[in-house]
Amino acid sequence: MSNASVETRPNSQLAAPDPQQPEPGAPENWRRFFSFSTDHKVIGIQYIVTAFVFFLFGGLLAMVMRGELITPDADLVDRTVYNGLFTMHGTIMLFMWTFPMLNGLANYLVPLMIGARDMAFPRLNAIAFWLVPIFGVILTASFFVPGGPSQSGWWAYPPVSLQNPTGNLINGQSLWLVAVALSGVSSIMGAVNIVTTIFRMRAPGMGWFKMPAFVWTVFSAQIIQLIGLPALTAGAVMLLLDLTTGTSFFDPVKGGDPVLYQHFFWFYSHPAVYVIVLPIFGVFSEIFPVYARKPLFGYKVVVVSSLLITVLSLVVWVHHMFASGTPGWMRMLFMFSTMAISIPTGIKVFAWVATVWGGKLRLTSAMLFGLGGLSTFLFAGITGIMLSSAPFDIHVNNTYFVVGHFHYVINGAVVMGFYAAIYHWFPKMTGRMYYEGLGKLHFALTFIGINLIFLPMHPLGLMGMPRRVASYDPEFAFWNVIASLGGFLLGVSTLPFILNMLSSWTRGEQAGDNPWRAIGLEWLVSSPPPHENFEEIPIIVSPPYGYGSDEPLVSNNPKGTFEESAASTQIANLAGEAN
Amino acid sequence: MSSVNVNVKPDPTLNSQAAHSHEEEDHRMFGFIVFLLSESVIFFSFFVGYIVYKTNATDWLPAGFEGLEIKEPLINTVVLVSSSFVIYFAERFLHKENLWGFRLFWLLTMAMGSFFLYGQAVEWMGLPFGFKDGVFGGTFYLLTGFHGLHVLTGVLLQGLMLGRSFLPNNYEEGEFGVEATSLFWHFVDVIWIVLFLLIYVWR
Repeated sequence: MSNASVETRPNSQLAAPDPQQPEPGAPENWRRFFSFSTDHKVIGIQYIVTAFVFFLFGGLLAMVMRGELITPDADLVDRTVYNGLFTMHGTIMLFMWTFPMLNGLANYLVPLMIGARDMAFPRLNAIAFWLVPIFGVILTASFFVPGGPSQSGWWAYPPVSLQNPTGNLINGQSLWLVAVALSGVSSIMGAVNIVTTIFRMRAPGMGWFKMPAFVWTVFSAQIIQLIGLPALTAGAVMLLLDLTTGTSFFDPVKGGDPVLYQHFFWFYSHPAVYVIVLPIFGVFSEIFPVYARKPLFGYKVVVVSSLLITVLSLVVWVHHMFASGTPGWMRMLFMFSTMAISIPTGIKVFAWVATVWGGKLRLTSAMLFGLGGLSTFLFAGITGIMLSSAPFDIHVNNTYFVVGHFHYVINGAVVMGFYAAIYHWFPKMTGRMYYEGLGKLHFALTFIGINLIFLPMHPLGLMGMPRRVASYDPEFAFWNVIASLGGFLLGVSTLPFILNMLSSWTRGEQAGDNPWRAIGLEWLVSSPPPHENFEEIPIIVSPPYGYGSDEPLVSNNPKGTFEESAASTQIANLAGEAN
Repeated sequence: MSSVNVNVKPDPTLNSQAAHSHEEEDHRMFGFIVFLLSESVIFFSFFVGYIVYKTNATDWLPAGFEGLEIKEPLINTVVLVSSSFVIYFAERFLHKENLWGFRLFWLLTMAMGSFFLYGQAVEWMGLPFGFKDGVFGGTFYLLTGFHGLHVLTGVLLQGLMLGRSFLPNNYEEGEFGVEATSLFWHFVDVIWIVLFLLIYVWR
C-alpha cells in the first residue's frame, strides 16, 4: 500500500471534514443511504446493498431446496412448499438480485466513466430505486398469504398460474404479478435515465468510440429493457386480468391462448438474460486490461458486437418454446438465430483471451473472479450451443441439463462478474482497500462451490431427471448429493465476502485515487469521488485502455489543478471552521 | 499519479464545450421520447395479441353479435385526429407568445379529447358483450380501455398545462410541459389510428 500513501494529497491530512470531499471508509453520515438521496453514487450503493440482501435470501431458499434434494424422497418440506421455493428463488434472483445489482453498478459507474456530474434525471433515479424495496416487500409478503407464494415457476405459465386454489383475490400469484409489474416500472425508469445519460451527457471529446466498453454494454442492455420489457408488462397485465377479473386471454378452457403468454414472456425474458450478462461482459472488458496491463483487444469489434447481441437477442425467444407445439419452420428459424448469437459472443470471448494473453497478470481477487467468470461462461456457452439445436433441446427439455446450463451463466458468469466488479471498484466506492486474503478465499470457495453444484446437473439432465421436482428416482442420488454439498459450500462462500466488505469499509487501508493504476475517468478523481464527481468536466483526448502507451486520457485535470485545488480546499476548510 | 493525469495544452474549442456543459442542460424531452418509444411496445404487444387471437380463434365474435358499428367510432376518430392539428396550432401560438390564442386552441383540444372519451363511453354502454365474453370481448375492452386511459391522461395533462399558463413566469425555463403534452397527444392519436384500423375496419 506504499503507492497509495505516497499519492495521498496533503490536504487529506487536515481533519476538518469537507462535505464536497468525502473521507475514505464508512461515512459518518451513513444515514444518507437510508434517505431519498438523488446522488447517483449513493443510489448505486443503495441498489447494490439491497440487491445483495435479496441475493442472500434467494440463496437461502436454494439451500433449502438442495437440502430437500439430498435424499430421493420428499421429506424435508412439503411438495407445495417446494414449488413455492423454486418459484420464489428464481423470481428473487432475477428481479430482486441481478437487475437491481446491475442498475447499481450502472448507476455508480456510468456517470463517472463518461465524465458527467450525475445521471440525467436524479429524482427519477431515486424513485426507481425506492420501488425496489417496495416490490421486494410485496413479493416477500406472498409467503404469508393463505396458500403461500406462487407455485407456478418464475415464468408463471398459464393455465398453472391461473389456478388460484384458495380463491382469494390477494394470493401468491397476484402478488407475484404486481411485484413483477412494479419491477418493470422501476426498470423502465432506470432505462430511460441511463440511455438519456449516455446519449446526452458524455464529456467533451468522448465520442462513441472513446466510451469505455462497460458503458457500451450498459447502453446495449438498457436498449433491450426499453424494447422488451413492455411486452412482459402487457402479458402480465393480461394474466392479472385473467386471474382477478375472469377474462379469458390465456385460459384455454374459455378459448384463450396460453402459448401467446409464453411468447410475451420470452420475448422479454430471453433478452433479459442479455440485459444481465452484457454489463458483465463490460466488467470483463474493463478488468482484464487493468490486471493484464494491455489494451482491450479489438475494442471496436467488442463494443459493436454488444449492439449486435442486442439486435439478435430480440429474435431468439422461441428457443424456449421448442416443446410448446411450435411449428417446424419456426423451430428452424429460431435455432439458426440462436446459433448466430453465439458469434458476437464468441468474438468477445476471443478478445478477452487475447487481452489476457501474454500480459503481466496480477491475480487480485477481482482478476480471479473475472477469469473464473470467463471460464464458467465459456462452459455455459458450449452447453448453450448444444441447447440451441432443436432436436437436442427437445431431448433435454425441462431436465436438469437446462438448469445446469443457465446457472453456469447466471451464477457462474454473472455472479462472479458482479463479485469481480465489487472487488475492482470497492477502493473507488469506499476509499479503502479490501483484504486480499479473504478475497482469494472467497474466490476459491465460490469457484469450487459453483462447479460442485452445477456440473452434476448436466449428467443428471442427460440421464433424464426433470427439474422442479421434490423427489426423484434413487438412481439420481449420487450426483444430487454432490450438488447439494456444493450448494451448501456456495452458501458458506458468502461469509468471507460479507466479513471482508464490512471490515474493509470501516478499517481497511486507505486506497488512494488509483490503487490499480487503471486508466479511466473514474480513477482520476479521489476515492470516494466527491459530490458531483468532477471539479472540472474532463476533456477526453485518447481512446480508452491506453495501457502501454504514454498518451494522457484527458487534457485537463478533473480534480482541478493540484496546487490550486489543495490550496482552495484548505481555504474552504478554514472557512468552514470559521462558520 | 500515473502519466494519465499529465496536463497538456488545452484545446480551446473543447474547452468552450466543457464550459457549456456546466449549465444544466435540459434532457427531459429526450428522455420523454425514449419513454414513449418504450410505451409504444406495450400497445404493439396488445395489437399482436389481437391479431393472433383474431386469426386463430374458432368463434371470434360472441354469440348473436354481428360486428361493431363503425359510424360513431368514425366520428370519434375524425374528432381525435383533427385535435392533433388543433394542438399543433396551440403550440404555434405559444411560440409566438400569443397566450390567449394558445389557451383558446388548447381548450379546444381538451374539448375534442373529452368528446372522444364521451363517445367511447357511449359506445361501451350500448354494446351487448362484456370484457368476460371470450377473447374478443377481452381484447376489445383491453385495447380501447388502455387507449382511453391514455386519452384521459392526455386531457388531464392538458388541464394542468392550461392552469399553469396563468402562473407568472411559467415559461421562463422553456416550454417542456406544453411540448411534451403535445407530443403525447400525437402519440395517442397515432395509436388510435392503428387501433381503429385493426378493430373497426379489419373485418
